[in-house]
Amino acid sequence: MSEVRVAGVGLTSFGASPNRTGRDLFAEAADSAFEDADVSRTDVEIVRYGNFMGELAEHQGHQGPLMAEAAGVSAPATRYESACASSATAIRDAVVSIRNGESDVCLVGGAERMTHLGTAGATEALAIAADDLWEVRAGVTFPGAYGLMATAYFDQFGGGREDLAHVAVKNHVHALENEKAQYQREISVEDVLEAPAVSEPLGLYDSCPISDGAAALVLVSDEYAETHDLAAPVAITGSGQGGDRMALHDREHLARSPAADDAAAEAYEDADITADDVAAAEVHDCFTIAEVLAIESLGIVDRGEGIAAARDGYTTVDGPVPVNLSGGLKAKGHPVGATGASQLVELTHLLEGHHPHSDAIDGDTVVAHNAGGTVASCVVHVLEVVA
Amino acid sequence: MSDDVRNDGYDDWLDALEGDQAFYLECTAGHGSLPPRRVCPECGSGELSETPLPTAGELDTFTVTHVPTPAFADDAPYVTGIVDFGPVRVTGRVLELDPDEIEPGLTVEATVIETDTTGERLVGFRPR
Ligand SMILES: [Zn+2]
Repeated sequence: MSEVRVAGVGLTSFGASPNRTGRDLFAEAADSAFEDADVSRTDVEIVRYGNFMGELAEHQGHQGPLMAEAAGVSAPATRYESACASSATAIRDAVVSIRNGESDVCLVGGAERMTHLGTAGATEALAIAADDLWEVRAGVTFPGAYGLMATAYFDQFGGGREDLAHVAVKNHVHALENEKAQYQREISVEDVLEAPAVSEPLGLYDSCPISDGAAALVLVSDEYAETHDLAAPVAITGSGQGGDRMALHDREHLARSPAADDAAAEAYEDADITADDVAAAEVHDCFTIAEVLAIESLGIVDRGEGIAAARDGYTTVDGPVPVNLSGGLKAKGHPVGATGASQLVELTHLLEGHHPHSDAIDGDTVVAHNAGGTVASCVVHVLEVVA
Repeated sequence: MSDDVRNDGYDDWLDALEGDQAFYLECTAGHGSLPPRRVCPECGSGELSETPLPTAGELDTFTVTHVPTPAFADDAPYVTGIVDFGPVRVTGRVLELDPDEIEPGLTVEATVIETDTTGERLVGFRPR
């Protein structure tokens, strides 16, 4: 079985670029990835691309070939839609393809154009990740669904808004040196607590922003890397995917994410690691409570202890297992279809030693957690330095 | 989707709730689910029967939404809750109470209401 190497990575700035098309965003990210990889575009055999709301945001379906063309690649291309987990899902299939020997060079990534929709339009578009009949028609928004999970978590495990505020404060600190981040400014616990309510108990600063952006990676087989003398020390050594019932009310647990538990277990077994090996993680903190649930599913902390992890410094840049050193979705931004791929871009920089926080991690095994909806979909990847 | 197009199963369920005939779908193994279904989502059983929904349910969790989608622009702020009726949970609008008075464990019953913004039907929960 071939090993999957990360040959190159690319990222646009995340933030508000309302007049830039999705195709232009992805073209920029892919161009950076090819430049970083030193791989010829003509060697690409498949394109696997994630996007969530292209039909609503740009009146554009069938984005696979469009994005391959924008990237200057002539290869079969498929667009993956799995809500906020779209691009990690796309990457997972490229990993499988390389491992199976079906392809040696894959362009993967994702993009989303959102800010031109405005808050109401983006809220409406994001809500379609929920069950239209049984949730959206009942008034459930994306923040509303996580508000329901936060109330359930406080009820079952304790904790409160101030604990969640520390997650947001931490992620803003982590993003201070991230030049691609939407926000490079510190916020205080008071700022979070006093911000306008969005879906109580969650406020504006518990929520990731609405963002435009794209991410891309060039993945290659280890044989290709060797033949072409590529410097590609980072490998994707584990991949796992979990699923759950669509509507939150149909889940066994309202304050847990079994799909993430399953994705992590599969990815860890695949990479032959345990949670103790994890030196750092990029997790899907679309809302502060989501980071709490994610680190519990990844086994970074025990069940019920995720709420205190940021406050106690366990997941801060100085802590034993830093989480979201990029700033996470909260501060880096969340262009939905790009997010899962952007996590792998950040982790590759972290492991290769040219991330502002590369010195903060103790070990060379890191994980990415990308979740869709209220975690009815989840993909976890393990990245390691192998050479 | 046009407002005058029905969603069979879902709208039938709201009709039943309006007529005090609320039900859930029960498979032979006792799993509960909400329509439309051809098979049980838990075990795949194709033998589903309409079983009366217990009248009283318990509020499991809630949120107060201040930033709505356009379809709920005139409704916000509103309280959304998930209510456990035993065999199934249902999501809907918590009625009549101020957010300060609401906490998990509250006993409620389901009803059908209309949104202020569009007049579309949705599930409401009244304290009992
Ligand atoms: Zn069943």
